[in-house]
Amino acid sequence: MASMRDIKRRKTSIQGTQQITKAMKLVSTVKLQRARNNAERSKDYFNCMYATVNSILKRVGHVEHKYLTGSDSAKKAVIVISSNRGLAGGYNSNVVKLVTRHPEWKKEELVIYSLGNKGREAFTRYGYEVVECNGEIVENPTYVDAMALSDELLKAYAAGEIGEIHLAYTSFKNTVSHIPTLVKLLPVDVSAVDAEEAAGPQAVMNFEPEDVEALDMIIPKYVTSLIYGALMEAAASENGARMQAMDNATNNAEEMIEDLSLKYNRARQGSITQELTEIIAGAEAIG
Amino acid sequence: MAERNSLLLRIITPERVFYENEVKMVEFNTTEGEIGVLPGHIPLTVIVKPGILDITEEDGDKVAALHAGFAEILPDRVTILAEIVEWPDEIDENRATAAKERAEARLHERQSDVDLARAEMALQRAIVRIQAIK
Repeated sequence: MASMRDIKRRKTSIQGTQQITKAMKLVSTVKLQRARNNAERSKDYFNCMYATVNSILKRVGHVEHKYLTGSDSAKKAVIVISSNRGLAGGYNSNVVKLVTRHPEWKKEELVIYSLGNKGREAFTRYGYEVVECNGEIVENPTYVDAMALSDELLKAYAAGEIGEIHLAYTSFKNTVSHIPTLVKLLPVDVSAVDAEEAAGPQAVMNFEPEDVEALDMIIPKYVTSLIYGALMEAAASENGARMQAMDNATNNAEEMIEDLSLKYNRARQGSITQELTEIIAGAEAIG
Repeated sequence: MAERNSLLLRIITPERVFYENEVKMVEFNTTEGEIGVLPGHIPLTVIVKPGILDITEEDGDKVAALHAGFAEILPDRVTILAEIVEWPDEIDENRATAAKERAEARLHERQSDVDLARAEMALQRAIVRIQAIK
């Protein structure tokens, strides 16, 4: 049986860890609230954008356009949004797994644009082609950052270097539920849009400039808004995941401390009993 | 149907809802030129070009600098999805003036095409900002 001193030392160390996890939980709770408010504010813009793009695509139908038909390149670009720091439970590994375990994707045809150190480290380890991105932006995403990224991707897409653009991120449902999600950004899936749009009739929309020119200008904004929305949700999810992980860690520490306290008390009692027995035995021997 | 004399204007940016109110008229600059929208306009989607956004409310005017985005116009409402839009009091005049001078200098130097296009955009934005303050 471990000595009293050992148990005590162990208990103190766990208490120290518990204090850290507790503090981290509080910090991520506050950050979560902020990130969540931001994500909700950006939702309006995103929903409007989505509705408008849908109605445009519905109208132009199956037109020959580079953003709708795709290019010949077999390369697929995948933007992966992960975090810069760990201790967030399965947050990073889930989103990485989404890409590495995709049934139809081969390692050779993927180009990873990884936002966040943790994702980049994982993909480099697995031997994927990783493009250097500014990882700082996942901490505090701004619209300008999203614009810079989508510009870079659209340039590569227009130059024919990549044929498809996908986005892997963790969507934020509520505080406890975060779902790793994969979205295809380009080419825009017209058939999927059609099915959704069949639901309700809409006013005939006119465009100025012409449809195809409008597409040229609106699709990049659409891509940017998708990336921005994903960044916002991922930030909320990251903090949510970290909050949960730290909550679990705090609870586990509590359990261990309880267990150790019991052991410590038992050991203490044992030693007292032993001492008493020794004293009594000594007294008897003298008397 | 009774003639409506106001339309619902919503200006949404990625960060916030910039403006939302019933207005009598809204004017802004598009790729096809400046337009003014009154209630009962035909459905139209336009691309925004940097320019002054002029909102005519029931009791007075409001002005803002609108830089990029697109607008969806329906008979009873206008939704502007703006990437960048600012009220005059959010604009730093010194910064705008400095940006204008910088962009003009760059245009005079005449470097590569990319730089020219960017400088021109910057110049337009700066001019709009300065106009919006006045």
